[in-house]
Amino acid sequence: MEFPRHLLELETLTRAQIEALLTLASRFKHERARARGGDAARDRRSLLPGRTVVTLFFESSTRTRSSFEVAARALGADVLSFQKEASSVTKGESLEDTVRNLDAIGADALVVRHPAAGAPRLVARAVRASVINAGDGAHEHPTQGLLDALSLRERWGTLEGKTVAIVGDIAHSRVARSNIHCLSKLGARVRVGGPSTLIPAGVEKLGCTVAASLAEALTGADAVMALRIQNERIADARLPGARDYARTWGINARSLAMLPREALVLHPGPVNRGVEMSSDVMEGPRSLVMDQVDSGVAVRMATLALCLRAEVPA
Amino acid sequence: MIILDSGRVIDPANRIDGTRTVLIDGEKIVAVREQAATPAEKLVHTVIDCRGRWVLPGLVDLHVHLREPGEEGKETIASGARAAAAGGITTVIAMPNTRPVCDSAAVARFVAGRGRDAGFARVLPAGAITRGSDGEQLADMAELKEAGCVCVTDDGRPLMAAGVMRRALEYARDLMLPVMVHAEDLSLSGGGAMNEGPVATRLGLPGAPAAAEVAMVQRDLLLAEMTGAHLHVAHVSAAGSVRAIREAKARGVRVTAEATPHHFTLTDEAVAGVPAALGPAGEPYDTNAKMNPPLRSESDRQAVVGALADGIIDAIATDHAPHGPLDKQVEFAHAPNGVIGLETSLSLALALVRAGELPLLRAVERLTVGPARCFSLPYGTLAADAPADVIVLDAEREWKVDPQRFHSRSRNSPFAGWTLRGKVTKTFVAGRLVHEEGPK
Repeated sequence: MEFPRHLLELETLTRAQIEALLTLASRFKHERARARGGDAARDRRSLLPGRTVVTLFFESSTRTRSSFEVAARALGADVLSFQKEASSVTKGESLEDTVRNLDAIGADALVVRHPAAGAPRLVARAVRASVINAGDGAHEHPTQGLLDALSLRERWGTLEGKTVAIVGDIAHSRVARSNIHCLSKLGARVRVGGPSTLIPAGVEKLGCTVAASLAEALTGADAVMALRIQNERIADARLPGARDYARTWGINARSLAMLPREALVLHPGPVNRGVEMSSDVMEGPRSLVMDQVDSGVAVRMATLALCLRAEVPA
Repeated sequence: MIILDSGRVIDPANRIDGTRTVLIDGEKIVAVREQAATPAEKLVHTVIDCRGRWVLPGLVDLHVHLREPGEEGKETIASGARAAAAGGITTVIAMPNTRPVCDSAAVARFVAGRGRDAGFARVLPAGAITRGSDGEQLADMAELKEAGCVCVTDDGRPLMAAGVMRRALEYARDLMLPVMVHAEDLSLSGGGAMNEGPVATRLGLPGAPAAAEVAMVQRDLLLAEMTGAHLHVAHVSAAGSVRAIREAKARGVRVTAEATPHHFTLTDEAVAGVPAALGPAGEPYDTNAKMNPPLRSESDRQAVVGALADGIIDAIATDHAPHGPLDKQVEFAHAPNGVIGLETSLSLALALVRAGELPLLRAVERLTVGPARCFSLPYGTLAADAPADVIVLDAEREWKVDPQRFHSRSRNSPFAGWTLRGKVTKTFVAGRLVHEEGPK
């Protein structure tokens, strides 16, 4: 099974490619857990020795960037990080020029986050290095989709036949898009829900259904993923306010009652407590929020290993 | 005299489609007759054998950005007029969104003068509706008309204030100047980079709904009806706009409209790199598929084609909008709007004909006398005494679109790599040969 050199999106990956990545990530995750517990676990720092992973973030992010950096170091790679303001061509250096420079420095992998959809593809055309999309505009956030799938797969064994509801700002969410592609490729059914102002036109063509109410989204679902609600949505007249949102679409103790008893709760973080998710739910027994963070490092290790063609001994 | 001997003459203005011989004397058409050139004529005159070729009136393009003055790196009046001639276009209307804006007689005379000096296609300036096209105060329309402007438009900058638009229409009506509008409600399109719909959703790009265009078309039709002015709707892209224009025409509103080759050929799938019926697959986030109005859905495209067939849309216009590689090789959201089209327009119209979507005579009408009538221009016809703007076409010749070989200074064509049919072999403007293409 060939894995692509760049990870730009999940839309174009096959189920076999996704499964292979998750299997490797699952191994890394268990090794890390054993090491944390003090057990002797395989050291993976020999996988990418002398390779350079550059994280290039044109948007602020702490968790995704540090997750990638921890993953790269765990594989023995050198890490360089750049945080830049996204600039249009009229002021400052163009994106292509910026990344060509990093390429010339000798980056083996470029982990790119950018506010413009499609930017990582532009980068991939310009450089020799492998390009990993760490989130581009409202397009995709592939490693987030993969880590969500990993956490769910570990709980369920398989996603086949499961139903996952994604609730919140679907329109502006790259997490939603990557999850729709990933989960449906793995055999799950995906429902999206949220106020109509935040449901993008024709989203059902991506392979999901659209729920008209929170009850419709949650009834019979095996897991619900709440998405972050940003303040800009109030400024651009998509939402009247946080309270009104929480009342109709917030995941709290009351709405949890609509879910089957064993259903799981996810959030890509950072959480606005009390808006899209209440504190008690986030910290409750059904929450996978912290496990998602753990899966994140493992998925990023697997991504770097596969894209950079590391030979992984059993 | 120049005699274009025995070609297939297609001249919708005079309801001709058949083997004819066209006689040109000086700057004028003398006659179009059935009789071939005689041996005696061959001794005395320049006789061009047009057997196996098509002979058409030169095309009229109502919507062209020539970028001069101000952005000569993208295009000049001379390079644009040269590109037009290569595409069989003998008259272009130069949009006023230059730097400075063509809102004064000085700029209009400059544009017209440069066009005359270049000596390729005729270059007729369009003036601005408002000073600096900033949508507030009326430009000196009488002065612009005197300097040769054939219409006024703030193209690219929708006139959001309905009150200003109303006064502009009234003032232009007195001067018998058509008012061309780029119809877009900016508060509805707000920040959209492509057509709102499933493709934008998949690519994660902000969408502009078709309603942003339709709402403004509706408003301007209402104001045209109220004022009795002549409204010309530029680059119609949405089925809703077609419907609104159809109803307005039925009510007797003075409205004309144009559509572009990219809107009648492509859909928003082109932004995702999905191949169109005629073309090869492209790259996702192709900035050469970014323009305003954006490429729409297949049902919108079909509505536009239907309107070209039945005359609700009067003209095919390119909205030729040159941009340099540094402008276009950027993140999709940051790329400027617009594609070039002068050198592919005719072939794309013929492709529509071959696909059975548009009758040939209608296609030629929308390229020639249709646009000429929109602005009451004396071109686009082979009538006796008309200006001798004529093209000769090898309708069957296949050619591969290679923007590097364009006469335009810019390369931003969404049709690069396409194989098209129909190549202009000779272009005459006012009886003068301004473009000639050798055999393949």
